[in-house]
Amino acid sequence: MTTARTGTAGTAAVHDADEVLLGFTRALRAAGVAVTQDRAQQYLAAVALLGPAEDGTRAAGRATLCAGPDDLARHDQVFAAWFDHRTGLPRPRPAAPTTTTYAALPLSDAAGAGEGPEDDADVVRAMASDTEVLRHRDVAALSPAERARLTALFATVRPRAPHRRSARQRSWHRGDVDAARTLRASLRRMGEPAEVVHRRRATRPRRVVLLVDVSGSMSGYADALLRLAHRFTQAAPGSVETFTLGTRLTHLTRALRVRDPERALVAAGETVPDWSGGTRLGENLQSFLIRWGRRGMARGAVVVVFSDGWERGDTALLAEQAERLSRVAHRLVWVNPHRGKAGYEPVQQGVVAVLPHVDDFVAGHSLATYAEVVEVVARA
Amino acid sequence: MTAGTTDALEPGDVARRLGATGYLCDPELATVTFLALRMGRPLLLEGEPGTGKTALAEAVAEALGLPLVRLQCYEGIDATQALYDWDFPRQVLHLRALEAAGGTAAGVGGVAEAEKSLYDERFLLARPVLAALQQSPAVLLVDEVDRADDEFEAFLLEVLSTYQVTIPELGTVRAATPPVVVLTSNRTRELHDALKRRCLYHWIDHPALEREVAIVRSRAPEVSEALTRQVVELVQRLRADTGLVKPPGVAETLDWARALHHLGATELDLATAAASLGALVKYREDGERVRAALDRVLAP
Repeated sequence: MTTARTGTAGTAAVHDADEVLLGFTRALRAAGVAVTQDRAQQYLAAVALLGPAEDGTRAAGRATLCAGPDDLARHDQVFAAWFDHRTGLPRPRPAAPTTTTYAALPLSDAAGAGEGPEDDADVVRAMASDTEVLRHRDVAALSPAERARLTALFATVRPRAPHRRSARQRSWHRGDVDAARTLRASLRRMGEPAEVVHRRRATRPRRVVLLVDVSGSMSGYADALLRLAHRFTQAAPGSVETFTLGTRLTHLTRALRVRDPERALVAAGETVPDWSGGTRLGENLQSFLIRWGRRGMARGAVVVVFSDGWERGDTALLAEQAERLSRVAHRLVWVNPHRGKAGYEPVQQGVVAVLPHVDDFVAGHSLATYAEVVEVVARA
Repeated sequence: MTAGTTDALEPGDVARRLGATGYLCDPELATVTFLALRMGRPLLLEGEPGTGKTALAEAVAEALGLPLVRLQCYEGIDATQALYDWDFPRQVLHLRALEAAGGTAAGVGGVAEAEKSLYDERFLLARPVLAALQQSPAVLLVDEVDRADDEFEAFLLEVLSTYQVTIPELGTVRAATPPVVVLTSNRTRELHDALKRRCLYHWIDHPALEREVAIVRSRAPEVSEALTRQVVELVQRLRADTGLVKPPGVAETLDWARALHHLGATELDLATAAASLGALVKYREDGERVRAALDRVLAP
């Protein structure tokens, strides 16, 4: 493959066709399309059927190597680069940087306890532990060292998935009669009437959709919010979807499914192209609704928006989209990092626009408030 | 036409034969369909609602002269609704009938015999997937697979990779010729990679102006040509306007053209267009936007 990539026009003829095609699949993988070995094999088979002409190769690649509209765009880009001018080929991703895991916290709740039986009779302890203080501190105002300690504390956030009734039935000791099972049981006894089996509707985890604003005004919270999203994803990997809102909408679910939080955040960082940019909340919500939400992802789901409501664009559009979102979703939760601060009034135009359509408006600036968010979602 | 005769096909033939059934597709879709037929792979179609995903399966079945077996997915669907189920009431009846006829004369061999007769093919209710394997060659349409739970996907995976179903009491049912499988998805959720990997993928877009005119002409020949062109031009313009909650698909274009025809229109005019708008857009907000667009387009 290396020779294929460095080959110039003069030496290209020595390369086997398969070699060039397989090189292309490698390039595509480097561009972020999940090309597996069997897909590459299928690709070769498809090209063999369609012939080596450009159209055939392109159609074969789109059919066999791609798994979604995002992949199609990447495929065409890499295709042009690989077979035409060979510039602008994406580089393979650098390996994820190794990160140190921080050791135990310097101060724990237990540190001050049990100093002696005589001193706690009438002494009111006025000092909270460092950890407890940290839990209530504004995430955006932490020093790097405190931030690192807080990172470790995120493991204590334990989201629980909300539940809904499913269309499936489970056997239960009372409820509707399960005719099929009852008859099957009676058949096992050669047709003698057997015990009547009952069933009832089962429950399933309700889908949770997290929309995280990563624009400039939220940059202090982005790291903490993504860690929270990671906790949510790890608690119920199949039923949590995460998107970031910035100048554009980015689907982040796959990156956050990585179990290790540090690696997941690195993957997320590579996925999101627009950290700390501007916000077009209304447009972002609209494209979320069109591309994902209305088709079913937000239907009956608990949608949690993490944003301070700073809107660059038109707030009328934002209000309209929030209304639509609240109609599609089971529950719309708005988490605002400024809400919990002293003297906060919801006066930003964006917040004013969405407030009538929001079911829960909660604070989200410290670890303690994130625990509340978790609670609100679990109860939804 | 079976796998034997698909060997001689070219992508162009596929487009022509689909066109003969009234399904006009672009060259890329024809190529993917050709690949699916030749490679014996399932075809996974995604795209906006109303772009003709389901219609493709119907057209393929018609073009190949094969029966179409349709499995509509929904939440909670499981193997007994997709594969097979035993007809329990009839089995119990059969058992009672055996009792009444033979009495207690049967020995150990008789019992085994009676039990064997219980799990006979006539008590087997073939659901779509099994039916498609039994009727092979056939076209199996797994519609809106994204609506089913992910557990169901795992089950589909097994069937789609081996084209056989094992019934413990009866044995293995294998398709003589693997069925042509078409899966459609509206992307309400991301399908599992394992399922996608087994399929050929195609994203169906809204057709371009000329193709859509041709589609409407072939599907609704009773509508006048002038009206068809006006309708399609307006719909294409509406799609380009991203403000719509639900941009109309080809199915809606067809509906609207037919609706206008039933109202006696041979050309688009404001009154009939406004009256029949319900066939084109299904949201109140969209209705208002389209009415405004109509005023702009049709105002003298």
